[in-house]
Amino acid sequence: MAALQPASVDDLSTALRDSTGVVSTRGAGTRSRWGGLGATPDVVIDLAAMNHVVEHAVGDLVVTVEAGVLLDDLQRCVGEHGQWLALDPPIGGTIGGLLATADSGPRRLRFGTPRDLLIGVTVVLADGTVARSGGKVVKNVAGYDLGKLFTGSYGTLGVIATATFRLHPVLPARRVVSVESDTPWPAVREVLRSPATPTAIDYDGIRLHVLIESSESAVDAQADAVAALIGGTVTSDHPGGIGSRPDRTADSMVVKLTFRLSALDEVVAAVREEAGHVPLQAHAGSGVLWAALPCDGALLDRLRHLTASYDGAAVVVDAPDEAKRSLDLWGPVRGLDLMRRIKAEFDPDNRMCPGRFVGGI
Amino acid sequence: MADLSAPLAAIATAAADKLGPDAVVTERAALRTYECDGLAAYRCIPGLVVLPRTTAEVAFVVRRCHELGVPFVARGSGTGLSGGALPVETGVLIVMTRMTGIKEISVDDERAVVEPGVVNLNITRAVSGDGYLYAPDPSSQQVCSIGGNVAENSGGAHCLKYGFTAHHVTGLEVVMPDGSIERFGGLAADPPGYDVVGAFVGSEGTLGVVTEVTVRLLRRPETVQTLLAAFRSMDDAGTAVSAIVAAGILPSAVEMMDDLSIAAAEAAVRCGYPDGAGAVLIVELDGPSAEVQADLAAVERMCSDAGAFELRVAVDEAERVAVWKGRKSAFAAMGRISPDYIVQDGVVPRTSLPEVLRDIAALSAETGIRVANVFHAGDGNLHPLVLFDESKGETDRAESVSRRILDLCIDHGGSITGEHGVGHDKKKHMGRMFSEVDLDVMQRVRCAFDPAGLCNPGKVFPTPRLCGERPGRKSGVHPLQAAGVAEIF
Repeated sequence: MAALQPASVDDLSTALRDSTGVVSTRGAGTRSRWGGLGATPDVVIDLAAMNHVVEHAVGDLVVTVEAGVLLDDLQRCVGEHGQWLALDPPIGGTIGGLLATADSGPRRLRFGTPRDLLIGVTVVLADGTVARSGGKVVKNVAGYDLGKLFTGSYGTLGVIATATFRLHPVLPARRVVSVESDTPWPAVREVLRSPATPTAIDYDGIRLHVLIESSESAVDAQADAVAALIGGTVTSDHPGGIGSRPDRTADSMVVKLTFRLSALDEVVAAVREEAGHVPLQAHAGSGVLWAALPCDGALLDRLRHLTASYDGAAVVVDAPDEAKRSLDLWGPVRGLDLMRRIKAEFDPDNRMCPGRFVGGI
Repeated sequence: MADLSAPLAAIATAAADKLGPDAVVTERAALRTYECDGLAAYRCIPGLVVLPRTTAEVAFVVRRCHELGVPFVARGSGTGLSGGALPVETGVLIVMTRMTGIKEISVDDERAVVEPGVVNLNITRAVSGDGYLYAPDPSSQQVCSIGGNVAENSGGAHCLKYGFTAHHVTGLEVVMPDGSIERFGGLAADPPGYDVVGAFVGSEGTLGVVTEVTVRLLRRPETVQTLLAAFRSMDDAGTAVSAIVAAGILPSAVEMMDDLSIAAAEAAVRCGYPDGAGAVLIVELDGPSAEVQADLAAVERMCSDAGAFELRVAVDEAERVAVWKGRKSAFAAMGRISPDYIVQDGVVPRTSLPEVLRDIAALSAETGIRVANVFHAGDGNLHPLVLFDESKGETDRAESVSRRILDLCIDHGGSITGEHGVGHDKKKHMGRMFSEVDLDVMQRVRCAFDPAGLCNPGKVFPTPRLCGERPGRKSGVHPLQAAGVAEIF
């Protein structure tokens, strides 16, 4: 197995063009276990040397980075100017890894997920072809949006080499309204229907936390209004109950459940009934719940049946290798045939991370 | 039907049988109604028009087209500004305006499921009683259809804060170019697999015919405040915009108009903007009351500091409509000051606006062609209106000015289109923004959806790609690199 560490897009292109066999792409390794086990790579492309912030256009709130840049480093760089990339996954890692897995955090409620903030990409395909899509202006509808296609593709279409993002101003003041609940949906619904504009609403299995971020002069009015609506206490701390995600233990799997928003309590109850008080974390205003569950295929099928009835899915993000071999990690996928054709167009020799993705792609 | 080609005649007969005779148009005079979309400079009478009522009917027609190798184009309300729904002479135009059902509204789930012919504003109307809205609001929102919005990834004045159609669509039902029916995404977030919805939105009708759209609903903001600020010059107004952005304020809209467009709007709708203004700025803020009031005070101060000589805050909905009236009528108003005009849709990084506006003014002085500037200042999306008189033989000069304005946008790292789409009109410019390789790779997506190339052919890409060919590695210098504008990182 060859390990390559390209230092530029040209290097990366050459590395792919001049190599043969199965390619695996690596950033900080934070999410390298996510998805299927995949074929054993002949070539590992390590993006650690592609770690430069290429351009931060401060007045335009736009930043272009190489894919090996760490999210934390990017936030530090733009944070000096009162800006941030509005993505807050609980684990940092590289921008490339974040994009490849489309990971997100609690503030997706307000700002969306990586695909919503990505405005341009340079990608390198298995044969070394370098292609760009989008650009460095936020408003741009010229051409197909390859960025959205590559975001969440687990490296199976090619390597994301550089990425350009829209940034947001940092909101300086923070309050958290927290309330204990076994059935959080009614409170979540109240908040969503109220004039408040929380940046996150997270449920950790015990407490519901509503995150209000605004200016110093305006933050308390909102926090007090939310507290009056749902009860609970207001603090200015960032409690652990926001954004922490259940970790996988030696014999558990981490599952991401999605569903229509109003099904939150039903999904929470089903997880409790199936697995007891396992660690869980819901982005309660987004219809997303993460749980660490026993590696049990029948349990997974039952949860899939439930989430499907709410138009959602249950995806095994990570599990012990043995479990990965026996479980269907992704469940039913709409449009799988088309996805196979897309894969065949971008990677006709099936070199890029084969087996990591849906339907064995 | 006598003058139809054999395949079109076969489709017409089959469609009349299946969809009913009132759903098929073959008379040349009636077909002419559909010869262009909102960009009337390009016209082409379609071979055949069908007006399906259901997904199954759309699939039926597309399957016949696929079997017989006949090209087809889907069209909504026909308000597009890039010739994206320009018909094909030898093909079928599938008009979606009869599919206007709202299938499901679930305010609790913050979703609505609608058919593609539903008019944009009708979604908001359907949910406003619950205090919700559908965020993307293109100027044509009273007539444009959601299917067209999906094709074009439409924006609108408020996309600065709320984003584009792509941010508000979570699911699609699509009749694929072979006539099969597929669903992608749905009511829930993050469907497993490639982000097909993301790839489809903004593909300008080239990947299939959308027959159902699941959209996100947003809580209507508690407070909206609209400020009109009048400045002596565009530079002063630009300074105010920079100050607002630097202060970390994110308005829902920031619009700017220059003296020429103010004069046109005044002549057309008597919008009553302040006398003597060289530029007006419209800033709209929305959100929780306390936040909006604090931001409004700051924005007023910044405008005054930048030299605004008059500030008006709309106190109610009627005043807000009055403030927006001049801006929203600006395009149509050009008829008052010029017999002909070209609308451009280029984008520059916001910080390049002052320089680009000065360059446009110099270009105008050099050529004697007037240019009115109306634009989304918050995101750098210019809508320069190039004014000319065809009867005086100014057309070529105007087209040259228009082209050179796009050059300025590209030179500053911007885009040839911010919201109107590439369509038929701007495909000739794609090669100035993207390399051949970029365009070739984009078209691999097309090959996955539509290997026969029958779905809205001749749009977006200057040169169609032959699907199935195995691309060798292409090399060459990127056009932006050659121009010294961008480096390959």
